[in-house]
Amino acid sequence: MYSIDHHDLGTPAAAGASVTLEIDGQTLTVPGGTSVMRAAALAGTQVPKLCATDTLKAFGSCRLCLVEVEGRKDLPASCTLQVAPGMKVRTQSDRLARIRRGVVELYVSEHPLECGTCTANGHCELQDAAKTVGLEEIRYPGRPAALATAEGLSPTNSHNVCDTSNPYFNFDPSLCITCSRCVRACDEVQGTLALTVQGRGLESTIVASQAERFIDSECVSCGACVEACPTAALSEKPLAIIGQPTRVVTTTCAYCGVGCSLKAEVKDEQVVRMVPNRDGHANHGHACVKGRFAWGYTTHPDRVRSPMIRASIQDAWREVSWDDAFAYAASEFKRIQAKHGRNSIGGISSSRCTNEEVFLVQKLVRTAFGNNNIDTCARVCHSPTGYGLKHTLGESAGTQAFDSVMHADVIFIIGANPTEAHPVFGSQLKRRLREGAKLIIADPRATELVRTAHIAADVHLPVRPGTNVALLNALAHVVVTEGLVHEAYVAARCEPAPFARWRAFVAEARNSPEALESTTGIPAASVRLAARLYATGGNGAIYYGLGVTEHSQGSTAVMGIANLAMATGNLGGEGKGVNPLRGQNNVQGACDMGSFPHELSGYRHVSDPAVRALFDNAWGVQIDPEPGLRIPNMFESALDGSFLGLYVQGEDIAQSDPNTHHVHAALAAMECVVVQDLFLNETARFAHVFLPGSSFLEKDGTFTNAERRVSRVRKVLEPLVGLADWEVTQRLSNALGYPMAYTHPSQIMEEIARLTPTFSALTYEKLDTLGSLQWPCNAEYPNGTPTMHVGQFVRGHGRFFVTEYVPTDERASRRFPLLLTTGRVLSQYNVGAQTRRTSNVAWHDEDRLEIHPDDAETRGLADGDWAGVTSRTGHTVLRATVTDRVPPGVVYTTFHFPESGANVITTDNSDWATNCPEYKVTAVEVTCVAQPLDWQRRRHAEAPVVGRKSKDGEQRKRDVAAT
Amino acid sequence: MSLKVYVPRDAAALAVGADAVVAAIAREAAARGVVVEVVRNGSRGLLWLETLLEVVTSSGRVAYGPVKAADVPGLFAAGVFAAEVAASSQAHPLCHGLTEAIPYFARQTRLTFARVGVTDPLSLQDYAAHGGLVGLRQALSLTPADIVQQVTDSGLRGRGGAAFPAGIKWKTVLDQSAPQKYITCNADEGDSGTFADRMLMEGDPFTLLEGMAIAGLATGATHGYIYLRAEYPHAHRALNEAIRRARAAGWLGTDVLGSGRVFDIEVRLGAGAYICGEETSMLESLEGRRGEVRVRPPLPAIKGLFGCPTVVNNVITLATVPVILARGAPFYRDFGTGRSRGTLPMQLAGNIAHGGLVEIAFGGTLRELLYDFGGGTASGRPMRAVQIGGPLGAYVPASQFDLAMDYEVMAAAGAMVGHGGFVAFDDAANLPRLARHALAFCAHESCGKCTPCRIGSTRGVELMDQVIAGEQREANLELLSELLETMQYGSLCGLGGMTPFPVRSLLQHFPEDFRDVQH
Repeated sequence: MYSIDHHDLGTPAAAGASVTLEIDGQTLTVPGGTSVMRAAALAGTQVPKLCATDTLKAFGSCRLCLVEVEGRKDLPASCTLQVAPGMKVRTQSDRLARIRRGVVELYVSEHPLECGTCTANGHCELQDAAKTVGLEEIRYPGRPAALATAEGLSPTNSHNVCDTSNPYFNFDPSLCITCSRCVRACDEVQGTLALTVQGRGLESTIVASQAERFIDSECVSCGACVEACPTAALSEKPLAIIGQPTRVVTTTCAYCGVGCSLKAEVKDEQVVRMVPNRDGHANHGHACVKGRFAWGYTTHPDRVRSPMIRASIQDAWREVSWDDAFAYAASEFKRIQAKHGRNSIGGISSSRCTNEEVFLVQKLVRTAFGNNNIDTCARVCHSPTGYGLKHTLGESAGTQAFDSVMHADVIFIIGANPTEAHPVFGSQLKRRLREGAKLIIADPRATELVRTAHIAADVHLPVRPGTNVALLNALAHVVVTEGLVHEAYVAARCEPAPFARWRAFVAEARNSPEALESTTGIPAASVRLAARLYATGGNGAIYYGLGVTEHSQGSTAVMGIANLAMATGNLGGEGKGVNPLRGQNNVQGACDMGSFPHELSGYRHVSDPAVRALFDNAWGVQIDPEPGLRIPNMFESALDGSFLGLYVQGEDIAQSDPNTHHVHAALAAMECVVVQDLFLNETARFAHVFLPGSSFLEKDGTFTNAERRVSRVRKVLEPLVGLADWEVTQRLSNALGYPMAYTHPSQIMEEIARLTPTFSALTYEKLDTLGSLQWPCNAEYPNGTPTMHVGQFVRGHGRFFVTEYVPTDERASRRFPLLLTTGRVLSQYNVGAQTRRTSNVAWHDEDRLEIHPDDAETRGLADGDWAGVTSRTGHTVLRATVTDRVPPGVVYTTFHFPESGANVITTDNSDWATNCPEYKVTAVEVTCVAQPLDWQRRRHAEAPVVGRKSKDGEQRKRDVAAT
Repeated sequence: MSLKVYVPRDAAALAVGADAVVAAIAREAAARGVVVEVVRNGSRGLLWLETLLEVVTSSGRVAYGPVKAADVPGLFAAGVFAAEVAASSQAHPLCHGLTEAIPYFARQTRLTFARVGVTDPLSLQDYAAHGGLVGLRQALSLTPADIVQQVTDSGLRGRGGAAFPAGIKWKTVLDQSAPQKYITCNADEGDSGTFADRMLMEGDPFTLLEGMAIAGLATGATHGYIYLRAEYPHAHRALNEAIRRARAAGWLGTDVLGSGRVFDIEVRLGAGAYICGEETSMLESLEGRRGEVRVRPPLPAIKGLFGCPTVVNNVITLATVPVILARGAPFYRDFGTGRSRGTLPMQLAGNIAHGGLVEIAFGGTLRELLYDFGGGTASGRPMRAVQIGGPLGAYVPASQFDLAMDYEVMAAAGAMVGHGGFVAFDDAANLPRLARHALAFCAHESCGKCTPCRIGSTRGVELMDQVIAGEQREANLELLSELLETMQYGSLCGLGGMTPFPVRSLLQHFPEDFRDVQH
């Protein structure tokens, strides 16, 4: 079923040299390679079609779009027929009308005639086609099987049984017209190849995997098939329950850093479905199981609907009015400051919130609190990116647009797993790889892209956790010593002296792949192969994630990546670049908006008097020239009694920050913790004031994705609790005595633009017109900047840094012989606060410990056994998955469920430059145990989970019940 | 001196007991203490005489047929297996004299099938002794462009049915600049009444391999695939063994006949779908996918197997190339008529007295073929129609039996030569059921991709059922006629697009049968 504001040109755009032709007597010029169907649509003539849609390659199966071409006897399909100079096309004639009617009559002869009760009624392409060709009756005799079923007779074969196994959509084969759009979407858009056509002729049926139920198949539930379906054969479940939507609001997904543009289709005050926006610049009409389907948490009963306060964290919560909550929080913060000084309180902003909200939180801290104690959750993910890229290239951001990957020849992925964590970009990556781009993956695990259908990494570098810098140095060594440096590029664009120092450093024999083989665990030959491929294989693009940053040398590794790219000339053009894959929807934005303790918006240091003067004037305050506390410093200060009040917006530090025991102790030591969130999260256990938050559906604002793309978040529904998050911050500020009076987030953006050079030309009006744009957006680049560092680097000349490898303290030992590393799974998201409250648990309902068969065998662990995991800081229990996806010596887990306690065992180690925690390396020992810990079982029993379904989950529920 | 006899290994002979005949010979020879060497040759193509036993005599090979195992003792008794041929043996009722003097055979022009039935199919010595490898050696002395020119000049057209000039297709592939090109041989012979491909692959597989190697040299392809229908197990074994021997002998592989050129061949089995004989479906199937028609363009010659420039030719097309290279383009071109040059191995089947393979030059009339060779119907009743070119070919009425076998002449009459299969029907045939069958065949074999074929064929069967049942005959025939138009112009490939031809030809030539349907 198509969208309310559906507009489809039939086939994808082409980009060849202009071709002039004539369609129905009208002369038009279109790019070469354009289909006649698309050309006609551009000229305003919609040729009837069913199997064509402009997100998929032309297929030519429905035979409805036939046209007449002068000089040809046959009737070619206009979707597969490309324009040619001087071609004369007729899209209408008596014969065409007769044949088109004949084709639609055949379709309808196999289709139930129950439009009136169909969920797609009025938005069904078959129905439209019948109307267009003037079909009035079905003259064929006989009662096809499909019709018999639709009329309530018992189905005679499995073909007509509706598959309701997927929690989000149904597949009703009786409504299927076998156009293969779903199959092609799975192949071309998603790249999973889970669907196929089974049988032949009239028996041709769409099936998932080996004719399995969707839920049991390889389907990843991205919804591309549902999006592509022209009828109601594949349709979202809420359509049948809520009914058809009546309005559409275009907004931006609030999950990962891809930042997909979505259309929320709404009826009354209920979202019926999310449809990926075909005009979305980051996603081009695609989405994933989270963005497209997992928005049910926004109406979950666990949403807190009233502000609450309590004097002590031992007390029960007391519901109060907004005014009382603000008054109480303000009085407590003032009391603490009066007693312990101005710097005794602070705030933490959230990468989940909008730019405007983040900006307001740091403004509140710098004005109403009067200090720089503002940090953001990016501290624990991409702060090293900010540091590393700022120092080498001059800007704390990825250099490319996602689309740039379609021009990459060699793709180097290090410490990232895009098909799980950034699925829509992962799909685009797969498209490019299937076109033949080469792939290098550095990851301890064999992630999906190492080997999947029609894709195999050319080189997999299974790097030992904690040794990224050694690997990057070894790669650089090969580039330098084998004469692969792009000398002209470096000479023209980089500072010579630092380059010379770096060159001499990496050329040292101790940095050779051979010398570092025992450190990284990677055969030297693989490293040499990868280095040569990256340096000489054409456009080289690097994508990296938290597997690079969350290390004690995270910032060093980011600089090592930038060094490598500069040395090989792979920066400043399409298909190249250095691209951090941001974990959360607005990590980039949260960093841009000045929510680090040392920086104001646009990455300007608080010690800069000119910058401070600008803000002092605008805000009427005196900003402290000294940076404030980082999150880990806040915890330490809390434990020494000098930091006692905290305002946390939208981040669950008690679950997501490392060394849980330490964090809990620090929070418990504070006198006023104000938590603003959708749910009573782990941190709320330590809070005194709870301010209910608003979901992304309930507010206006902007998110900035991993490619610096600023996209509008638009209010789809009224805030459940009456106030959007920005309004809550504003009212807290007012209660504290610093007045704010914004009536719409657009006014906050105006202030951001006024105060931030990289945003100076950015307005909501421009975003509405262009759809989205990538900063810098200023007088020089009024419509944004897709590729950075073209011609020269933002800092002028690029700067190489010597990246000495310093091993982390966290090393495998006799007591802790294994290295634990962590990652995400497709269906869940970070600490799971949202996704655990959706049907996504159907795919993943517990975190498991992946362990290599050799390591499992020596510990007597079998698949599914409980595994005790002990580190120097703590102990937890997870169920084991025995798999050779991890190498011997490495274990792996996800961290989506609070009862898993992944951070109970992580350490206090952090990046030397930015304090980003070293989540990715923890030395552990694993033992076989009988059951999970008491606290885990209690937490599991309390956990808000929608319909856990796996057998293990059921078993575990019984285990819990029995104790 | 031992006695040498030939008993075919061809599936048509095996089907009527050739193996039992061989066993009986061995038994009888042992019992009588005589030594008989039995060579398992291909079929001579005189199928009504199978099992055709040939005895080597000083004057040539003498034919006996059809021989059953039970006839063997009698043949021994008559002295057929004696070292010196007794005159009495020639008087045996199964004796037909010298094989090559049998008129059915003698009147043919065997170019493509020159060795089939003559040689031991898997003997390289036999192959070389009967003119094998001359074409390949000749090709090795020519430039690719010269080879292509020879094929173009010969006038050879695609024998699979489409009759596209082979040389032009080869030139397209030659002109592509690509690191990898392929030669693919379409051996998915599925037309009703056809068996020429099978006979050749079983009876002279080396000829096909030689033709493919020449095609490889001509176009720059280094690898060939034979896409063979799974229903041809004997051909499968023969091809694989022939490839093994050709490799061992050094004329396939990395150094073709010592030239340093590379060409190798693999056999791939189909999975029982007629549509995989359509060239783009065949390529999909070869790539391991579901056999579904691809949209053209791009042409396979430009973007074919695995996206590489690919020659797709039928078995007979490729197997005809060696004789063209060996004897020169003018030699081949001098046979035939109009734009239909050379010879065509035609296959007579259905209700016909003398079914079999007839290779003659283009230009002969249907009547000559059906009566002079075929001997009229097997039933003895008047022949009423013949379907030519497989299940998608038109039915030609007896009134048009003077048409010449010529691509253009047949097309002008609304019929087609196709792969050269003839299925004859007498005046007792139920023509409406044949019309229904054409649609049912389409429904059964449709790949399911395009709508007119996928759904239209089944709706057509239902309409014919009603016509046959006498229900609303006029209205249903009118709707059928509209449906046939939709299928013809709307279908993606020839299966749905040509199914209307047999149906319409029956409706056109025999309207009375549809007005007065026999139940």
